[in-house]
Amino acid sequence: MVSITIDGKNFEVDEDNNLLQECLSHAMDLPYFCWHPSMGSVGSCRQCAVIEYADDNDEKGRLVMACMTSPREGGRYSLKGARKFRAQAIESIMINHPHDCPVCEEGGECHLQDMTVMSGHAYRRYDGKKKTHNNQYLGPFINHEMNRCITCYRCVRYYKDYAGGTDFSVQASHDNTYFGRWQEGAYESEFSGNLVEVCPTGVFTDKPFAKNYVRKWDLQTSPSVCTGCGVGCNTNPGERYGTLRRIVNRFNDEVNGYFLCDKGRFGAGYVNSEQRIPVSMTRDSHEADPVQIEPDAAKQALKDAAKGAIGIASPRASMEANFALRELVGEDSFYAGISAKELGMLNSIIDIYQNRPVNIANIKDIENSDAVLILGEDITNTAARMALAVRQSVKNLGRQMGADLNFPNWHDAAIRTLAMDRKSPLYILSPHATRLDDVAKSVHISSAAQSARIGLAIAHAIDNSAPAVKGLSKEEQSLVDEIAGTLKGAKQALIISGTSSMEPALLEAAANVATALNDGDSKANLALAVPESNSLGLALMMQGNEKALEQAMSSGSKKAIVLENDLYRRAASADVDTFIDGLEQLAVLDSLKNRTGEQANLVLAAATFAESSGTFVNYEGRAQHYYSTFKAVDSIRSSVSWLSDKSLNELNAECAAALPHCAELTHLTPGEGYNFAGLKAPRQPHRYSGRTAMRANINVHEPKQEQDENGVMVYSMEGVPAIKDASVFNSPWAPGWNSNQSVFKFQEFAGGPLKQGNQGKRLLENNVKDKPWYEPEIAGDSDNGFKVFPIYHLFGSEELSAFTPAIQEKATSAYIALNPADAEKLGLHSTDGVQVEHNGAVPFILRNSIAAGTVGVAVGLSGLNFRNIPGSIALDKAEDWQSPDNWKAANIIVSDRSAESGKGSAS
Amino acid sequence: MSVTNPLTKNIEDGRDPLSFKEYQAAGGYQSLDKAMKMSPRDVMGQVKDAGLGGRGGAGFNTGLKWSFSPEPDGGPRYLVVNADEMEPGTFKDRLLMEKDPHLLIEGMITSSYALSATTAYIFLRGEYTLAEERLLKAIDEAYTAGMLGQNIQGTDFSLDLYLHTSAGRYICGEETALINALEGKRANPRFKPPFPQVSGLWGRPTLVNNVETICNIPGILTHGVEWFKNLGLGDECGTRISGVSGRVKNPGCWEMPVGTTFRTLLEDYAGGMQDGYELKAFLPGGGSTDFLLPEHLDLPMIPGDVAKAGSRLGTSLIMVLDDKTCPVGCVRNLIKFFAHESCGWCTPCRDGLPWVEHILNKMEEGTGEMKDIEILQEMCGYMGPGNTFCALAPGAAEPLQSSLKYFMDEYEEHVKHGCKYKSH
Repeated sequence: MVSITIDGKNFEVDEDNNLLQECLSHAMDLPYFCWHPSMGSVGSCRQCAVIEYADDNDEKGRLVMACMTSPREGGRYSLKGARKFRAQAIESIMINHPHDCPVCEEGGECHLQDMTVMSGHAYRRYDGKKKTHNNQYLGPFINHEMNRCITCYRCVRYYKDYAGGTDFSVQASHDNTYFGRWQEGAYESEFSGNLVEVCPTGVFTDKPFAKNYVRKWDLQTSPSVCTGCGVGCNTNPGERYGTLRRIVNRFNDEVNGYFLCDKGRFGAGYVNSEQRIPVSMTRDSHEADPVQIEPDAAKQALKDAAKGAIGIASPRASMEANFALRELVGEDSFYAGISAKELGMLNSIIDIYQNRPVNIANIKDIENSDAVLILGEDITNTAARMALAVRQSVKNLGRQMGADLNFPNWHDAAIRTLAMDRKSPLYILSPHATRLDDVAKSVHISSAAQSARIGLAIAHAIDNSAPAVKGLSKEEQSLVDEIAGTLKGAKQALIISGTSSMEPALLEAAANVATALNDGDSKANLALAVPESNSLGLALMMQGNEKALEQAMSSGSKKAIVLENDLYRRAASADVDTFIDGLEQLAVLDSLKNRTGEQANLVLAAATFAESSGTFVNYEGRAQHYYSTFKAVDSIRSSVSWLSDKSLNELNAECAAALPHCAELTHLTPGEGYNFAGLKAPRQPHRYSGRTAMRANINVHEPKQEQDENGVMVYSMEGVPAIKDASVFNSPWAPGWNSNQSVFKFQEFAGGPLKQGNQGKRLLENNVKDKPWYEPEIAGDSDNGFKVFPIYHLFGSEELSAFTPAIQEKATSAYIALNPADAEKLGLHSTDGVQVEHNGAVPFILRNSIAAGTVGVAVGLSGLNFRNIPGSIALDKAEDWQSPDNWKAANIIVSDRSAESGKGSAS
Repeated sequence: MSVTNPLTKNIEDGRDPLSFKEYQAAGGYQSLDKAMKMSPRDVMGQVKDAGLGGRGGAGFNTGLKWSFSPEPDGGPRYLVVNADEMEPGTFKDRLLMEKDPHLLIEGMITSSYALSATTAYIFLRGEYTLAEERLLKAIDEAYTAGMLGQNIQGTDFSLDLYLHTSAGRYICGEETALINALEGKRANPRFKPPFPQVSGLWGRPTLVNNVETICNIPGILTHGVEWFKNLGLGDECGTRISGVSGRVKNPGCWEMPVGTTFRTLLEDYAGGMQDGYELKAFLPGGGSTDFLLPEHLDLPMIPGDVAKAGSRLGTSLIMVLDDKTCPVGCVRNLIKFFAHESCGWCTPCRDGLPWVEHILNKMEEGTGEMKDIEILQEMCGYMGPGNTFCALAPGAAEPLQSSLKYFMDEYEEHVKHGCKYKSH
C-alpha cells in the first residue's frame, strides 16, 4: 500500500493496481472506456485523464492517463484539473455518435451514456456530417451497428487478444476505423457474446434479446447459475411479461469472472420454447390420448404413482429436486439416471478431489497457471469457460517478463510488446485438433486410452514412485520427458481432463500427474470437466449407492418416476424401449417435450431454472444456489413442489444432513429470515415501470405478489438490493453507473472479488499428505473397424440449449469425421453419406489431423444414437443417400477441416 | 584536405550514383575497418562523443540512444533505418538514397557493428521507387563484395540487410508504428516503455534511426570525432541537409554546417523569394512545426534556438508561406493530411483532427463562425503534447496554434468576408 493525495484528500491505495482502479475503488467518478479489468490498460481512449504533480512544488502538473499510471508513494494527483480535457475527449468521441438512444438496445445500460453525463459534456458543437458505416450480418447471436462505435478498441482486444478469435478485426484507420469481419458471416468464436457487455455502447447487441426487447430497468432478474455445462457460470437472467428475455454475466471472481460462453448467454431460450410442456397431462394407457390434468390433481396422481415406483434422478435437476425424488421413492428405489460408466467416472472425480494431494482448480486458478496439460478433453466444447481461462494462462509468461522489468500485471500494452507471441506452455493430448491448438506448445493426436498411458508415463517421469508404463514409442517417450520437465519446472502447473471421452483411466492418469507434482509444499492444480450442470451433485447423492440407469432398467420395477431426464440420451434406444414397454406406470417431470415424456402416463409440467430455485454442484464440487427469475404460470411448478410438500429450504436442510460432504448446502443462501432493514432483496429494479398497469389488459386489479420459494428475495421492486451476501448479488447498479460496469461498486477494489465474497461453497476438499497412485487397467484398442472417439459441440450437443432457436442456427445434425485417407478407402465423395453400424446413415466431414483408422462421432446431435464409446464400429458408404435438411457443414468450426469436405453437403 | 561535406561529397547533379567500386575508390567503406579495431561499445562512445543529433526531427543524441540497448545475449538484434520520409516538405533522405546509396549502406554496416545487430532493415517509403531500385542494386553490390552476409571481410561479424518498401503511412515515421508495420501488423504506435532498444522488432532489441543520421556514421568513424565536431558552426557538430520549398527562386536541399541560419538557407542557398512575393512566414522543419516569422530568419538552425522562438527545428527543411497564399488554406491542407494519416488509436487525434479540418473547410468556404475560432483554439490545447498516445496530433496542432497566434486577423477576416486569396 502507498499513500497518495487526490485533490487534497489522502488515500491509502494498492500500488499493484493502476490509478484508475484506485480512483474507482475509492468511489470517485472517473470516466473510462478502453480499460477493462480483465484486459488491462492500453491508454487508447484518453478518457481517464488526471493531473499528476512531480512534487509538492509542482503547481502545473502534467496530464496522465490514470489507467496507465501506477500510484507512487507520496504521489499527488488531481481529477478536477483534467476535467476540461475529459469533457473535450467525450465531446470529440461523440461527434460521430448517432442520437439514437431512444431506439438503441443499449439505452439505459449504456456505459457511453453514463460517461457522457459524468464528464460534463452536454451540448453538441460539432455541426458537420457524421461518419456512417455499413453494418454486417454477424450470425444469430449479435447485431452490428457500427455507426454507434466510439473506437475504444475493446471489442477487438477482447475478441482477438483475449478470446483468440481470428475472424474479426480492426480495419481502415483515422476516423474511419472499422470493427468487423473480413466479410459478413456468423462469428466463429465460441465466446463472441461477451462483445455485448464488452462494448461500452450499442455496436454489438444481443440479437435474440433485441427481437423481444425491453429496457434493462424493466427486467425482473435474479442471481442464477448456467445450465449449459458443468462449469456453473453465474448468470443474471432477465424476464418481462412471463418470458425470459436474455442472460447476462453475473460476476464471480472464481467461476466466470466477467465472461460467459455463447451457449451460456444465448442458450437459455428453451425457457420460451414452443416445445415447453405447458400443463400436466395424464392418460390411462400408452395408446390413449393424453388429457390435461389440474395441478393439484396432478400432484396427487404423482403421489399415487410413487407407491412402489423407482425414481430415476437427473444430472440436470437441482440437488433439492433429486433429493425430493429420493424422499418420495425411498433410497432403495432411487437411481442415478446416468450410465454406470458415467457414474463411475464421476465417483472417480470425487475420490480424486477427496483423496489426492491436489488443488481443485477454479477458473481463476486455471488463469493463473503457468504450465498446462490437457488430457483428452475438448474443453472448448464441453466446459467452454475453462477453455477461455486456459487461453489466459498462456499469457503468464508475458506477465512474468513484464514483472521482471517492473511492469504491473494490468499493463497490457507493455506486456504485449515484451511478450510478442511467447507463451507459457500448454500441451494438448487429444484424438482430434481442438480450438486451443493455436496457443499450444504441442498437440499430440492420440486416443483416450493412449493419452491415459502417456499421462501415467508423465506421472512416472516426474516421480518415479508412480507406476511406470511400458510400450510407448520413442516419439511418445520424448514427449513424456518434455512435458514432465516442463510441468516440474512450472511455478503452478495445471492438469485438465474430464469425462467426455468416457475413458476412466484418463481421470486417474490426470490425478497421478497432479499427485506426482506435489512436492510437499505446493499442490498442482487439477480441473476435471463434468458433463452437466449438476453431474457432480448427482454423484454426491449416489455415494454408497452404485445404482445407475442400467440397474434401474433391469430392476424389474413396473412403475417409474423420471425426473428431468430424457433416457434416450442416456442409453441405447432399444434398451430404453424395452424398459418403458415393461412399465405399467411412467411418470415424467420435465420442462420440455422429449421421447421419454411422450411415452409417459403422467407428465408433470416442470419449471426450468428460470422459474425455480435450487442448488447445482459444479465440476469443482462448488455448490451454488440459483434463485428463480420469475414465477411460471400456475400449471407449471418446480420439480421440488411436484415431488414434495416440504419447502425448498426444508429439503435443502434435509439434503445437507442426509448426504456426506453436503453440510455446506444450507449455507448457500442467507436463509429464510433474511432481511435488510426489514426488507427482502428485490428482483425488480427500483425503476421498474408499469407495475400497476402491465396486466391491465387482463385485469385492472394488481395481482397479489407471488410468494418466493426460499424467502430471501421477493418478486417486487420493493426491498433492498443485497449488499451482504454474494448469493443474492443481482443485476448491479449504482448511481451514475447504469451499465454492467457498475459491478466494480460491489468489488473489494475495481476488478477484484466481490465484497460479499464469492458465491458458492466447496463441498470437496482434501488434506492428503501422502501420494497414493492409481494403477488403472487400460484395455487395448480394438483392431476391428474404426476406433470411435466422441466429438462434442458447444452448440447442439447439450440437451436443453438445443431447444433454443439461436443455438439451432449454429448447430448441425449428427455427422462423423474421417481422416481423408480413410474416406478415400471407403470410396466416399463429399456429397455421400456414411452408413454407421447399428445406426442410420449420416453425413461426414474430413479432418486432416485425426488418425487413420479412427472416426469422430458427433454426440448429442440429433440423428445418431451411439453409445459404444470408446469402442469400434464398421462404416460403409450409404446407399440412396440424402443429406438431412439441417445439415450445415459450414457451422462446424474446426481448424483441421480438409478443403474438399465442405463442398457438396454444405451447399 | 579534410572533407567538409561528408553527406553529399559523392553527389553530382545529373550523374548516377557511384557504384560500389567507385564509392570505395572515393574513400568509402573505410569506417568499418576503423570500427572493427574497436569494441562495439567504444564505437558507440565515439558516436556519442561526436554529438550527432538524430536527423529525423527529434534531434536526440544518437550515441546516447544507442547506449540504452542492453548487452547482447546471443539472440537476434536489429537496426532499422527509418526511410519512411513522409513529413510534408521534407525530401532530404530521398536525395541521400537516390544519389549515394552506398553511404547509407556503409553507415548501416558500421552502426550494426556498434550495436551488435544481426540483421538490418531499411523501411522505405513506398513512393520512393527510384531509391528502391538504386538501394537494391547497391545492396547486391555490397553482398557481392563481401561487405554484407556471413563473416564480413573475414571477420566474426555477420550482417544481413533487407529493404522493406512500406505501404505508406505517415505514422510509420514513428518508430514503434514502423516496427508494427514491419512485423505485418497495423501501423499503430506502441506504448513506451518498453522502448524498442529493449523490446522492439519481434520482441528483440532494436534501434530505429533516420537515414541521414546513419549517413553521418561513416564520416565520424573514418575522420574522427574532432573532425566531425569542427564541421559545425560555433559549438555545433557536423553538417546536416536543410532545404526550402515554396515560392523561392531556387527550391531544393543542400548540405550545410549545423548552426547555419535560416536567412543563409533562404537567401544564399534558395536565392530568396520569387519576384513579386514576400515572405510571410515559414514552417522551419516540416508540416508538424510551428510557423516562424521573417523576424526569426537570423536564428541558427539549432533545436534549442528554434525552440526558444516557439517552434521546432524538425527536419530543417523549411516551407515558405508567401503573402499571396492563404495561411488558413495552408493550415487546412496540412490538417487534412494529418487527419487522414491518424492511425485511429487515440481519441484526440482520431476525432479531434477531422473536426479541425471541418472547421477550416468552413472558413475557406466562407461559412465559418466566430465560435469556430474558439473551438480551434481549444483543440490546440486538447491535442497538445502529453494528451495523446504519440506525437502525431501534437505535431499537427503546431501549425494550427502558431497560425492562430500570428494570423488571427486572417481567421477573423475569413469569418467576416470569406477567403480573399481565392483568385490565386
